[in-house]
Amino acid sequence: MTGRTYGTPLPGLPAEPRGGQLIVIEGADGSGRTTEVSRLKEWLEVQGHAVVDTGLRRSTLVSEEIDRAKQGHTLGATTMALLYAADFGDQLENKIVPALSAGSTVLADRYIYTLMARAIVRGASRDWARRLYGFAFIPDLVVFLDARPEILLHRAIGKYGSLDYWESGMDLSLSRDLFESFFLYQARLAAEFDWMATEYSFHRVDANRRPDQVDADVRALVEPLYRRSSPRRSGAGGPAGLIRPRGRDASG
Amino acid sequence: MSAELASPAHGYPGRLFVFEGLDGSGKSTQAALLAKWLAAQGYRVFQTEWNSSELVSSTIRRGKKKGLLTPTTFSLLHATDFADRFDRKILPPLRAGYVVVCDRYSFTAFVRDAARGCDPGWVRTIYSFAPTPDVTFYFRVPVRVTLQRKIASRLKINYYEAGMDLGLSDDVHDSYERFQGRLKREYDRLAVSDRMTVVDSTRPVERIQAVLRDHVRPILSGFPTMETLMHDG
Repeated sequence: MTGRTYGTPLPGLPAEPRGGQLIVIEGADGSGRTTEVSRLKEWLEVQGHAVVDTGLRRSTLVSEEIDRAKQGHTLGATTMALLYAADFGDQLENKIVPALSAGSTVLADRYIYTLMARAIVRGASRDWARRLYGFAFIPDLVVFLDARPEILLHRAIGKYGSLDYWESGMDLSLSRDLFESFFLYQARLAAEFDWMATEYSFHRVDANRRPDQVDADVRALVEPLYRRSSPRRSGAGGPAGLIRPRGRDASG
Repeated sequence: MSAELASPAHGYPGRLFVFEGLDGSGKSTQAALLAKWLAAQGYRVFQTEWNSSELVSSTIRRGKKKGLLTPTTFSLLHATDFADRFDRKILPPLRAGYVVVCDRYSFTAFVRDAARGCDPGWVRTIYSFAPTPDVTFYFRVPVRVTLQRKIASRLKINYYEAGMDLGLSDDVHDSYERFQGRLKREYDRLAVSDRMTVVDSTRPVERIQAVLRDHVRPILSGFPTMETLMHDG
């Protein structure tokens, strides 16, 4: 973790929270993101790395307000974008940064990119969104799970039995037909992810395949991050890092 | 009478008059008096103020209790609140051709966030959706005067107003003076960079109001009153 942000310094935080790796898994709903995050977490833990996983809209600060706003559908696009940014800021400062400073790996199930894409397709300019999130730390790795809209559609229906109002972008009034709106909305998001892929150095992984194939590709991207910092394998006289009991037992 | 209207920078048919300054600078009193006078002149007036809404105050209360708020989240929550107010209270009347009298605007955030250490360029970008007002009155007042006014009216000093979250001092009055001093220095800087109309707030209320009225008259020259709107179309 370099501790550098995309441009805006964060007041009141250590400039360089060295330690753990920040790994981001991005992708649309149905791209297999959540499955991959849990597989990767498991694998990293088996390797001996402490992992803290984080996602969007899980902060204790404003998640209630976000839920309320979504139910009422009353807040404007800029207001929603800022509310999400506040929520992200809270997670970054109160969860991600402390975990990284403590040397843990932070595995983020989506990051600023999804938030930016959503804001932009709702009318925010790319430049505004990019600068708004300028306070975010630059991850060590961003994996983008790239799946075709047809695949996303089948997985969404398979998972929920229907299409979600927000994941279909119904608030944008692209179409009154949920099915059609889903395709139009996903295409717009994909266009934003395309632009960001270059700007933010995404590593694309073909997510139209089986979970184990996706996982193998992701591991191949993650592994080099730990080449220099893997836990010690062996030490003279027993398992590394364990302190053998002394004192009473020794005398008896 | 010339009916030629100088086109405002924001491009909307209404007019945007902004009142800025420290708490206790008398800006709210002056904004209310000016709005009353404008209405009496026959203009369609809409008055709005920016103080914490339920959305922000409940969140801030919770955040404070848990010690979670940082300058960045504090700034973003206020921006959220302002965006909501802008969408509901400022933009519609501005588009409908009202004179919108705003007690506090984006400058309040520029000043407060800068005093908390946020990057000023970042804050400006966030608020870039808020158009430049037709006039911004800055009610300039020494910090000591605002503190005396507060003590005289027995108002309690609010935690954030005193900048207690910054740890400048353990004493509320001392912290208040230091924090408000920072705000004042920022306002003084913005007064120049953002071409504000500086009002000496230590003068009598009537004198200040007369100055404000003289100042807005030319901005409203040719601006339609209710009377003309009702009978023209």
